[in-house]
Amino acid sequence: MEHASFGDQRNATFSLAEEDHTLANALRFTLNQDPRVIFCGYSIPHPSEARVNIRVQTTGEPAREVLKDSCQDLMLMCQHIRGTFDKAVNDFRTTNPPDNHPSQDMDSD
Amino acid sequence: MSDSDSEVMAEADGFVSALNMPDVPSAKLPPHLELRKTRVLCNVDAPHNTDTVQYSGAYASIGVDNSLRFDDFCNNFRVEVTRLSHEDMEFDMVGIDPSIANAFRRILLAELPTMAIEKVLIANNTSVVQDEVLAHRLGLIPIKVDPRLFDYLSENDTPNEKNTIVFKLHVRCEEKGQRLTVTSNELTWLPKGSEFLKTSESLTSTSKAETYTSFTCSQDSLPEFGGNPISVYPDITIDKLGFGQEIELEAHAVKGVGKTHAKWSPVATCWYRMLPEVVLTEEIEGKKAEVLKQKCPANVFEIEDLADGRKRATVARPRACTLCRECIKDGEDWEKRVSLRRVKDHFMFTIESTGALPPEVLFTEAVKVLEDKCELVISDLS
Repeated sequence: MEHASFGDQRNATFSLAEEDHTLANALRFTLNQDPRVIFCGYSIPHPSEARVNIRVQTTGEPAREVLKDSCQDLMLMCQHIRGTFDKAVNDFRTTNPPDNHPSQDMDSD
Repeated sequence: MSDSDSEVMAEADGFVSALNMPDVPSAKLPPHLELRKTRVLCNVDAPHNTDTVQYSGAYASIGVDNSLRFDDFCNNFRVEVTRLSHEDMEFDMVGIDPSIANAFRRILLAELPTMAIEKVLIANNTSVVQDEVLAHRLGLIPIKVDPRLFDYLSENDTPNEKNTIVFKLHVRCEEKGQRLTVTSNELTWLPKGSEFLKTSESLTSTSKAETYTSFTCSQDSLPEFGGNPISVYPDITIDKLGFGQEIELEAHAVKGVGKTHAKWSPVATCWYRMLPEVVLTEEIEGKKAEVLKQKCPANVFEIEDLADGRKRATVARPRACTLCRECIKDGEDWEKRVSLRRVKDHFMFTIESTGALPPEVLFTEAVKVLEDKCELVISDLS
């Protein structure tokens, strides 16, 4: 990862290789939700190169730390989503026992 | 004029004077901004307010904090499964930003690995389907095996029992005047690896004949495949053979992801749509109610009998609404009566698996992939 910052820790552009909208758009959301961020955005410089640039400008904290915190936030959200989803699936299974599913016989052959 | 007088006047006109407004800042947005923030309005001309308000300071001037508190997210987020089978599932995901819901959709389509046929060694093909077309058709057949049990085959690796699955296909049409349909059922798993011998020079130099794979043990001796042979999705037509035509080949399946080629995508498709919300802004009664019910092709509206014999339109099945906007097309009057909206943070998510993994496992794996991406960035920054 490149970290282009010109003497000022608050403003930086991070270049992530092998990433695309999937991560960058999600990170832009978590970054924007952080009150320490003044501006953030991302761009994909060329469509045939797997690379995305994320720009972060903060109120004072080093941009690098803010981006790290945003990743941490996103990870925590993911963990919560996974837990909630698993619970919802289990709840569905207990209220709808699997023998009600017509597609079960597909596996028998 | 006293304070109470002006208050009475304000209420009478449906107008709130700036002097009577509750003290700002309050923790809540005024209703018109809340509507803009949380709903897409589907009007006749176009959808409005389609963007999401992400910036934490977006409402700072009226003293409302738009930043995300993790506790709030945990309290508001919920998942409700509406359909679940071996092949597909539908669930509602509520209280999440589209950027994250879309990340899951993109990962499901393009970044979750499966096994798919990548190399086809053709010994004989006299059918009308050309070799390359046949190989492509074989590639698209879903293989019912958990990809987590396998490694990626990188360029310098030799194909072994941990990264390759070998299938054999040998069929010939023997009956005169008959046409034989070759289906995916004819693909037989070779747990011991390739049976084709490498040609000439290697035969003379080494005592043991080399094949195109180097398995150290048979795959069916491994505990995960012991009583559970690897199969492909059944009854898919691969080719048709005329009398005397023959196919003899070996297909090698490896692990890959959907962004390399769609054959590795673990889902047939995966999509979400936002929850439709249909609001009747005024009472629609009598003949108009009948007209409204007739207009809707998705049968969203129902007619309710009131106690005094009148009939009134109600919104009975908002989830069925496809936002075709038939109900608001006939003139401005209808646009005023009916408001079609979409809830911005409520996603009806559908996953159709191809059979390698059940859909609920696919989603959990997709969330893990996003977590791994974050972890990678964190470790890069530290």
